[in-house]
Amino acid sequence: MKKTSWIAAPFVVWMAIFTVVPLGMVCWYAFTDGSGAFTLENIKTIAVYADYLVDSLVMGAIATALCLLLGYPLAYIMSRASWGAQQTMMLMLMLPQWMNFLLRTYSWMTILENKGLINTFLGNFGIGPFQMINTKGAIILGMVYNFLPYMILPIYSVMEKINGSLFEAAMDLGANKLNTFRRVVLPLSLPGIITGITMVFVPSVSTFVISQMLGGGRNMLIGDVIERLFVGAAPNYNVGAALSLVLMVLILISMAVMKKFDDGEETGGLMM
Amino acid sequence: MKRFISALMSAAIFLSAFSMLVSCSDDGAVAKTGEVLYVYNWGEYISNGDDGSLDVNKQFEKETGIQVKYINYSSNEEMYTKIKSGSMTVDVIIPSDYMISQMIAEGMLEKLDFDNIPNADNIDDSFGKPVYDPTGEYSVPYTWGCTAIFYDSTQVDPADIDESSWDLLWNEKYSGKILMFNNQRDAFGVAEAKLGYSLNTENQEELEAAYQELVKQSPLVQGYYGDQIFDKMESGEAVIAPYYNGDLSMLQENNENIKGYIPDAANKFVDALCIPTCCQNKSAAEKYINFMCREDIALANAEAIGYASPISAVVEQLDEELTTDFYYPDEAKLEKCEIFKQLSNETNEFLSKKWEDLLNQVGQ
Repeated sequence: MKKTSWIAAPFVVWMAIFTVVPLGMVCWYAFTDGSGAFTLENIKTIAVYADYLVDSLVMGAIATALCLLLGYPLAYIMSRASWGAQQTMMLMLMLPQWMNFLLRTYSWMTILENKGLINTFLGNFGIGPFQMINTKGAIILGMVYNFLPYMILPIYSVMEKINGSLFEAAMDLGANKLNTFRRVVLPLSLPGIITGITMVFVPSVSTFVISQMLGGGRNMLIGDVIERLFVGAAPNYNVGAALSLVLMVLILISMAVMKKFDDGEETGGLMM
Repeated sequence: MKRFISALMSAAIFLSAFSMLVSCSDDGAVAKTGEVLYVYNWGEYISNGDDGSLDVNKQFEKETGIQVKYINYSSNEEMYTKIKSGSMTVDVIIPSDYMISQMIAEGMLEKLDFDNIPNADNIDDSFGKPVYDPTGEYSVPYTWGCTAIFYDSTQVDPADIDESSWDLLWNEKYSGKILMFNNQRDAFGVAEAKLGYSLNTENQEELEAAYQELVKQSPLVQGYYGDQIFDKMESGEAVIAPYYNGDLSMLQENNENIKGYIPDAANKFVDALCIPTCCQNKSAAEKYINFMCREDIALANAEAIGYASPISAVVEQLDEELTTDFYYPDEAKLEKCEIFKQLSNETNEFLSKKWEDLLNQVGQ
C-alpha cells in the first residue's frame, strides 16, 4: 500500500484544490456576515426559502423515481442481451450525451412549446394545443431526460456482472421468474440502484438551468435561488453559501438514509 | 444584447464542426506577436463574420498580431460578479451605464489614456462626459439604445397599440402570450415607467406600487425570460414582449411580422468599452478600443448587430431601415427616456426580495 500511495498524489492535490478548499469557503461564507464576523443569521434566513427547498426536493424525488422506473427494466434487458445488442443500446444511450447539456434542454423548449413540434403536429388533426411548456411537468421531464443515463449505467454495470448460473440455480431450486427476480436479481442489483438514485437525485435537486428554460422562469427551484444570490442584482454570498450548505446537508442525509437501506438489504440477502 | 444561449449554440456548433479547420487555415495569415487580449462582451454583440459580414476580431488579429480571446456574458451582474470575485481576468469589457458608475465607484476600472485612442474623437460630442462617467475618463461608448415593446403585427389589434404607453403588456386580451424580462431591474423599470415614476426611484411606496403592478401583470405572463424572448418572439410562441430596440432588425430577418415601438419613459442605455483594473495588457486593450472606434469597424458592427452607433459618420452610411426613429429616436422621445443610475444596496435588496416574492407567487 505505502509504496504505491504516491500514485494517488495528483488526485489528492486535485481534491484539495477543487473540493476541500471550495467547501471550506462555502462554510466560511455561510457562518460569517459581510464584515467577516461569525454569525448564525444566514442559516436562520434560510427559513424564507423553505418553500423552494421542499419544492426542489419533491421534484427531484419524482424525477428520480421516474428514472428508476424507466431505467431499471432497460438496464436489466441490456445486461441480458447479446454483446452486439448491448453495444448498440449503449451507443443509443450515450449518443445524446455527446451534445451539450444546455442545447439538449433548449431543444425540449421548441418541442414542448404551444407552437412547438408536438402541438403543431397535433394541431394538424385539430387536437390541442396542450399547455406543456412552463409547467412543473416540463421541468421533471427535463430532469428525467437529462439524468436518465446516470440511473441506467450504474444499474447496468452491476447487473452485467451477475453470473448467469445464478439464474439457473434459482430455477433448479424451483423459483419461478418472479421469485428469481425478487430474491436474486433485485438484491444483487441494489448497490447499482443506490448509486443511480444518488447520481440522479443530486443534480435534479440542485439544477437551475432546466427550471429556467422549461419552467418559464416562474417555477423557481432552490438552484435558481442560489444562482440569484451569487450573480443576481443584489448578491449575497453569505446567504447563498448558507443555502448551498443546507442543501448539501439535506442531500447527505438522504444519501445516508439510502445507504442504511442498502446495508439492511444486503445482510438480508446474505441471510437468505 | 442578451442572446447568450443562441450565441452559445452557434458557438458550440461552430466549434465542434470547424475548430480544426479554422485553426489550420489561419496559422499562415496572421503574424502573431504572442500577445493575447481577453475581450469580455455580451453575446451577439459584435460583427463576427456571419452572413458575409466582417469578422472584427479576426481583422484586429490580422492588423496587430495580437490574439483575441473573446468571451460572452449575459448580464451586467454576471460580468460584475466574475470580475469582482477575481474568477475572471479580462482586458476589455463592455458594461452598461449604471454598471460603469458602480465599477468606477468601487475602483474596478482603469482610467483610459486617450492619446492611445485617437479614434475616440469620432464619437459624437453629445456622448462626452455622460452621467455614468462624469469625467469621461473611464469609458468609450460602443452602442446605445432603448427598451421597447415588440409585438407580432398579425396577432395584435392595431387599436390596442398606444405608442406612448406600456399598457399593451398589461392587456388581458393577450393573456398567456405576453413575455416579461427576467431581470428585476428591467422588469421594475417597465412597471415604474407605466406608473409614471422615475426608473431610478428609491421611494418605498413607489417601489411597492410598481411591485403591485407586476403582480397584476403576472397572470397574463407566459414566462419571464432573458435572451429567450428573442426566440419566443421569432417563432410566434409569444406575441408581445419588452426587449431592446437594436435587436428588432435581427428579429425581422426571420419574422417580418414583428414590429416595435418605444413607449414613453423607456430606459435609454449606453454600453461602453472599458478596461477593468485586472487588465494584464493595457496597451493592447487600448489598441482594441481604438480599433472598435474606427469608422469602418464601427460600421461593420452597427450593420451586424443593429444597435445604434454613437458615431454619426457611421450612422450616415447605414441603410435607411437601420436608421429609422425606432433605432435613433428623436430628441422629443429621448427626453422622455431615462438612463439607469446605480441604486443603493438597500433598494437593490428590497427589489430582489420583491422579485422573488413575485416569482414565487406566480409559481404556485
